[in-house]
Amino acid sequence: MAQLTFREAIARGIAQEMRRDPSVVLIGEDIGAAGGVFKGTVGLFEEFGDRRVRDTPISEQAILGAAMGAAMTGMRPIAEIMFSDFFAVCWDIVVNEIAKSRYMTNGQMTFPLVIRSGNGGGLRFGAQHSQSVENWAMMVPGLKVVVPSNALDVVGLMAASVRDNDPVIFLEAKSLYATKTEVPDGDIVDSLGTAKVVRQGSNATLVALGAMVPKALAAAEELAAQGIDCTVVDVRSLVPLDTQTILREVSATGRLFTVEENPRLCGWGGELSSIVAEELFYDLDGPIVRITTPHIPLPAADALEDIAIPSVARIVETVSASMNA
Amino acid sequence: MTITTLDLEAKLSLYRSQVELRQFEKRAYDLFLENYVKGTSHLSLGQEAIAAGFAAAMRPDDYTFATYRGHAHTLARGVPMTPVLAELMGRENGLMAGKGGSMHLTSVEHGVMGSYAIIGAHLPIACGAAWSAQYRGTEQVAVCFFGDGTTNIGAFHEALNFAAIWKLPVVFVCENNLWMEYTRTSTITAVEHPAADRASAYGLESIIVDGNDVDAVFEVASAAIARARAGEGPSMIEAKTYRQAGHSRADPGKYRPDEEVAEWLAKDPIPMYHARLLAEGATEAQLAEIDREVAAMVDLATQEAKDGAIPSADLVFKDVWADGGSAWRN
Repeated sequence: MAQLTFREAIARGIAQEMRRDPSVVLIGEDIGAAGGVFKGTVGLFEEFGDRRVRDTPISEQAILGAAMGAAMTGMRPIAEIMFSDFFAVCWDIVVNEIAKSRYMTNGQMTFPLVIRSGNGGGLRFGAQHSQSVENWAMMVPGLKVVVPSNALDVVGLMAASVRDNDPVIFLEAKSLYATKTEVPDGDIVDSLGTAKVVRQGSNATLVALGAMVPKALAAAEELAAQGIDCTVVDVRSLVPLDTQTILREVSATGRLFTVEENPRLCGWGGELSSIVAEELFYDLDGPIVRITTPHIPLPAADALEDIAIPSVARIVETVSASMNA
Repeated sequence: MTITTLDLEAKLSLYRSQVELRQFEKRAYDLFLENYVKGTSHLSLGQEAIAAGFAAAMRPDDYTFATYRGHAHTLARGVPMTPVLAELMGRENGLMAGKGGSMHLTSVEHGVMGSYAIIGAHLPIACGAAWSAQYRGTEQVAVCFFGDGTTNIGAFHEALNFAAIWKLPVVFVCENNLWMEYTRTSTITAVEHPAADRASAYGLESIIVDGNDVDAVFEVASAAIARARAGEGPSMIEAKTYRQAGHSRADPGKYRPDEEVAEWLAKDPIPMYHARLLAEGATEAQLAEIDREVAAMVDLATQEAKDGAIPSADLVFKDVWADGGSAWRN
């Protein structure tokens, strides 16, 4: 058992799978000797060498095309897109090629690949290096979307993603890279499509993802002091989506609050709200409330970015106001 | 079939292959007019020598990456006509049971690793298959076909650099038929030879071949594939050719000058090859027999495709995921 940072957990999860399976390879920009711009791949180049851990040019289409071509011919590549904003320059390969080709070929091909990417704000990088794109990925048929919130989940969900036979978009919240979690020794393999109840309460259910999970937990502690006892569910995987766990926990409290870093329109909480409204309408004791980044590009200045991204204070205020309305 | 030496027997098989592609495409066109083939389709009429010449130079386990103009490349690798025609007609006995259509023909068991309808996308993907072959040490080669219009999109340039720096066993083949869709490629391209003139930017040799001469195509293909197989890295080949029909089903091709069309019809790869084979010792009877056999194949495939069932409704929800299903929630 050791305290592991989120970024160390990335390398630990990948190394665990690379030791087990020689078909697992890693490509991306500056991921080799440099260990990645976020230091998520430190030590892998030294352990596995330049044949399995390969630096690429700044060519996102080539990176993901290479991953796709390798996956369709028997390998299990892990590709890094440094910042998730850069998906915009290679989205064709993701959406039109990787996501559709199994279906179009009537199942002749499988794509066991993982695309890792640093996602989200909080680092004052401005609008082109800070956005949360989990909703982009979630809306594409054929992609699995995994967003861990802590180092322990990173290791297990990375292993599950590598072992999965479908393409997985693995989004790493940049603001969590330095956070630490207790992680047991030995191999860890989690399951995709499983949400986790990380706090059990009785008055309201907060459903959060990625970097919003620790904020929702902190907010729940403050709300408890006000007499509002919250359940917090960590979604962990948008596709497949563990609606059973979420519906059960919303049903138990009768209230749903989503906490989302993506901009509001078509954020994942919109889909979840529609599922809850359709299937759990008569169990609800009040309106469904979404707490999201507004529908704006993210500003760079710390004072402004902190207003834009849901904060502990905003979660507390919003939940409290709605519960006391 | 893989050819090693261009003797008369091999040349007869190259003739047969081209005639198969020609007669198939003509039948596909007729079936559009009869409304059996729905949607869109892009024919390789006039460009058959490239598909036939390359396929003959490939090992059965080599990889083909084609474009939306991919009927010929698919058939040339040995995929039977019936499933290809049935796919065009949206039947359950289609190559992908009707789920892909004309622009996405794929037959993994024949090494046809997909036909891609977003310009340029498959060049990086071919690099990936080549990288995989290099990593696994299988000496397989990926051959990636694309049109002249593709040379102006970013993925083309990313892929060439990528293949060059990793010395990947991939052969890029530009089928330069002079026209993008409605626009003459030379009017929107900075260099005269859209692929060959770009090769040097990536440290590759500039290779241009007469794409209507199947023997020449075969020779240049064999050399590039051998080079790739030996670990000497990628090649780029620009094959000059002409599409005798419009860009797609919707295009009668009227924007092209009549004299240009006439000039290229005179360079039709199949009559030229027919004449060459007669000069080299084949008989009229031999060639006519091939023509007849192929015509019978096409007729049979047409009937089998027409007899194919309408795809069953459950196919809509199949194979989004590797588990065979489409569930996104529990």
